[in-house]
Amino acid sequence: MTSPNVAAGCAAPDQSAPMPASVDIHRETVLTGIVQTAEGEAVGGAYVRLLDSTGEFTAEVVSSPEGVFRFFAAPGSWTLRALSRSGNGEVVVDATVGVNEVGLSVSPA
Amino acid sequence: MSRDTALVSADWAEQNLDTPGLVFVEVDEDTTAYDGGHIPGAIKIDWKKDLQDPVRRDFVNQEQFGALLSERGISNDDTVILYGGNNNWFAAYAYWYFKLYGHEQVRLLDGGRKKWELDARPYTKDVPVRAGTTYTAKAPDLSIRAFRDEVVEAIGVKNLVDVRSPDEFAGRLLAPAHLPQEQSQRGGHIPTAISVPWSKAANEDGTFKSDDELAKIYGEAGLDGSKDTIAYCRIGERSSHSWFVLQELLGHENVKNYDGSWTEYGSLIGVPIALGDEPGKA
Repeated sequence: MTSPNVAAGCAAPDQSAPMPASVDIHRETVLTGIVQTAEGEAVGGAYVRLLDSTGEFTAEVVSSPEGVFRFFAAPGSWTLRALSRSGNGEVVVDATVGVNEVGLSVSPA
Repeated sequence: MSRDTALVSADWAEQNLDTPGLVFVEVDEDTTAYDGGHIPGAIKIDWKKDLQDPVRRDFVNQEQFGALLSERGISNDDTVILYGGNNNWFAAYAYWYFKLYGHEQVRLLDGGRKKWELDARPYTKDVPVRAGTTYTAKAPDLSIRAFRDEVVEAIGVKNLVDVRSPDEFAGRLLAPAHLPQEQSQRGGHIPTAISVPWSKAANEDGTFKSDDELAKIYGEAGLDGSKDTIAYCRIGERSSHSWFVLQELLGHENVKNYDGSWTEYGSLIGVPIALGDEPGKA
């Protein structure tokens, strides 16, 4: 049973919520992690975007108050890029099926 | 239409928060964003609860739209400034919708919530009280809305513009990557559709690129300016963003948004589907 919030629309699910029961993490390629400053402070409200291997935009979410973000992608190479008032940052990830934990730190330009 | 009559900047908006006759409206699917803080004076519209019919798979009709705006305190002669999260996807959808029902003065706030927040502009949690009005919606302008049969007939004939991400176009992903990928419909795209992701039209802060940049993007993608155009995505909100670019910013004529989009097309029995990165043949 898929929750109607997830099935019908395009708004990002609540990033701080636990994984919906409908999500089969053995089939999904999940990229998740926390946006942090260089000092290790969580950055909530950051705009985190997922770029494909050619650099093209694929999706964007807003990090939770605890800095948490999450994407459902496919196996392969992805770039995660964060924009925030605390600065910007990016990281390249080689994702596989299952949950991929990603650290994403931002620093002022 | 042009940028001057379709778009307002964050600077202009912040200077006009109290201007009479302007109504700021935040439109999102997840309205918890509004509840946590919004532009001072703005009211909210819930993309799903307010704009979709609760029973049929369609959006609200002329009478329902009139009733909604009357209840929210919007008059026919108000200038409505729309903004939201998700790079203004749902605000653009609402813009298309206000146009569909004949609202005269409607604008999109360039950059939406993202630009506003990155600029550290003010938010409030105060919810304004607006007196009810008697809003009269016009008959729907179907020159900007495409239905499935004309989409199938448009294959190889009109410009079909798929505005989803390249991986959704090719069939490698079934939904935007912030959503789980298990979906009922098939992957791929409508044959002969060109791929112009909505995001190509936007800067990183969510604002629209310049008219020259936008014209170049669609030109290089192979959009034939002499033909009618239908834009689609998965549920019709990202394609509202691209419809806005083509018709309201670049002034193309005869551009329609196919709001049924891939959730409808990819579930139809018997229609052709193309896989991979190329448009495919009719």
